[in-house]
Amino acid sequence: MGAIKDFFGSVVLLELFKGMALTGRHFFARKITIQFPEEKTPQSPRFRGLHALRRYPNGEERCIACKLCEAVCPALAITIESAQRDDGSRRTTRYDIDLTKCIFCGFCEEACPVDAIVETRVLEYHGEKRGDLYYTKQMLLAVGDRFEKQIAEDRAMDARYR
Amino acid sequence: MESFLQPVADLFGPLWVVVWTLVKIIAIVAPLMGAVAYMTLAERKVIGFMQVRIGPNRAGPFGLLQPVADGLKLLFKEIIAPTRASKSLFFLGPVLAIAPALAAWAVVPFSDGLVLANVNAGLLFLMAITSLEVYGVIISGWASNSKYAMLGTLRAAAQMVSYELSLGFALICVLMVSGSLNLTEIVTGQGEGYFASMGLGILSWNWLSLLPMFGVFFISGIAETNRAPFDVVEGESEIVAGHMIEYSGMSFAIFFLAEYANMILVSVLTTVFFLGGWLSPVGFLPDGIWWLLAKAAFLLFVFLWVRATFPRFRYDQIMRLGWKVFIPLCLFWVFVLGIWIMSPLSIWK
Amino acid sequence: MDLSFPTLCFYLFSAILVFAGLRVITSRNPVHAVLHLVLAFFTSGMIWMLMQAEFLAIAIVLIYIGAVMVLFLFVVMMLDMNVDRMREGFWRYLPVGLVVAAIMVAEMAVVLNGHYFSGVTLQPSPLTDGSLSNTRELAKIIFTDYAYPFELASLILLVAMIAAVMLTHRRRESARRIDPAQQIAVKARDRLVIHSVAPEKADVVTSAQQEESAK
Repeated sequence: MGAIKDFFGSVVLLELFKGMALTGRHFFARKITIQFPEEKTPQSPRFRGLHALRRYPNGEERCIACKLCEAVCPALAITIESAQRDDGSRRTTRYDIDLTKCIFCGFCEEACPVDAIVETRVLEYHGEKRGDLYYTKQMLLAVGDRFEKQIAEDRAMDARYR
Repeated sequence: MESFLQPVADLFGPLWVVVWTLVKIIAIVAPLMGAVAYMTLAERKVIGFMQVRIGPNRAGPFGLLQPVADGLKLLFKEIIAPTRASKSLFFLGPVLAIAPALAAWAVVPFSDGLVLANVNAGLLFLMAITSLEVYGVIISGWASNSKYAMLGTLRAAAQMVSYELSLGFALICVLMVSGSLNLTEIVTGQGEGYFASMGLGILSWNWLSLLPMFGVFFISGIAETNRAPFDVVEGESEIVAGHMIEYSGMSFAIFFLAEYANMILVSVLTTVFFLGGWLSPVGFLPDGIWWLLAKAAFLLFVFLWVRATFPRFRYDQIMRLGWKVFIPLCLFWVFVLGIWIMSPLSIWK
Repeated sequence: MDLSFPTLCFYLFSAILVFAGLRVITSRNPVHAVLHLVLAFFTSGMIWMLMQAEFLAIAIVLIYIGAVMVLFLFVVMMLDMNVDRMREGFWRYLPVGLVVAAIMVAEMAVVLNGHYFSGVTLQPSPLTDGSLSNTRELAKIIFTDYAYPFELASLILLVAMIAAVMLTHRRRESARRIDPAQQIAVKARDRLVIHSVAPEKADVVTSAQQEESAK
């Protein structure tokens, strides 16, 4: 009996019509598309976007050139050179991140003992040439200066889980 | 109309026949190309809607300028012929793909008397022309000197030859009930009968009396145009566009035009053979070309609907469906129909 | 002789036909040869069309170009032919070929000029006046006067087709086949059983509790 029912079902293309009814219903469903530049999805405070180098409130850069981030970086995207500054403290003379190599894993952020290298919520950056995505120390510090308020807020929200 | 054009006709003299035919051809091809362009947009919109997206909406209001943008992009792209490709055949391929897709429109009746060439063997002409469509695919695939293109070609050759048979058998059933090879007569024949005289023309069309063949014809039509779910020829996910893989710019765009022109052709033919062409579904509304366009538009929507719904057939399943399901079904139905027509229960007198 | 439009068309198509026919046998590439054969069929179809034999014209396009030559091309594309080796025996086989060609030409001459050899004259095909189509006339003759030969011919073709399938069809025992009907017949409930299991209670320490215990 079941076999006969199945046979007639397949002859009248029952299952095909069921499938088309499903897509037909979705045709009239409310659309979930987010119109990107105008609308944005909510972001987590832990969002890992463009990198930034932070400063202390007095303007001193945080990075102490410990090179832990360079060591932990799985994509070998970070290059650091360090030297002694005139006041005797160790600082970076070069801190480059190649964003074309970076996989945005956030390990550099985790490894940093002084919260100097962080990843911001910025995701809409672009480069017209390959070299545009090679971020130097000055560029990273500039990103940090620009988004410091947001960065500090995000760190504060995440602090209790660390 | 004729008297109005008489001064122009005198101007051209004996060449007037040629000029007038060209004008008529342009009157068919230009709207067709426009329909093809907007078909691509409709496809992206409809499939988007069925996937709970909204589809392209940036170029112009509701994305209405998207086809123009796509066309311009393809127009300005460089056409590249692969190394060691057979150059002349490589560029002959797209031409052979689009020529049958346009030539078939010569015998399609849009309304009573509104047809480019009202030939008696119109149906035979259509079958001959559609059987030539496969050459564009075969030649382009072979001339590309590419393995993927060759695989696409082999699939196309086998698939299109197989489904032409069931397409032809379905048409034989139409022939048996209408008794004519002329497309205009096939349509007018559907407007006669018990239901049509009651004012319910929709029930006297061939789709009801030839219901299994209507399904076979439309499904074979989908397979013949290599559309999803029978798009193994193109098979983006396995053989990355098959025979079209080496084409770029306008040479690729012509394959695209041919595919969509074929889709529109199959929809219009299904309308003509099974859905009463330009006839009105109910008695109190006038017949006219708008009915043909509306019915064809609905079938085109079904094309897109089917594409949005079903996954691609496996290749051996396509062959099984063609040879082991459709052809026996068609042969059986030709037999049944023959008995029905000769019996006293015949509804086609 | 007047050079009317159909006559011009005839000479044009004939020229193309002869050219295509020559290319079929002189082309070095087998695929090009097959494509020229397609062109030859197509132009001969056009010539038939000029003679108002539209059924034959369309039939040659539909059957020969649309089906037979597609399969032909299919096979030729798969073969890796060494044309030079095939040409080795050209001079050796030339006399035989010429003899065959001469016989064929003679036979054609006999058929075309049949009235020189017998009293029978070939009737020119009755030109249709538009009301009766050539297709209908052909069908009438086939299904009335020549019904039995026609049925016999189709029967022979059917037998040949079945024989060809039987001769080439081999079912390999090692090949594993899937019956689609069985695949479709399977329902989810035959394969998948969903049990409802009572959730196990475990001591879950939430972060809030952790903070409290730390204090």
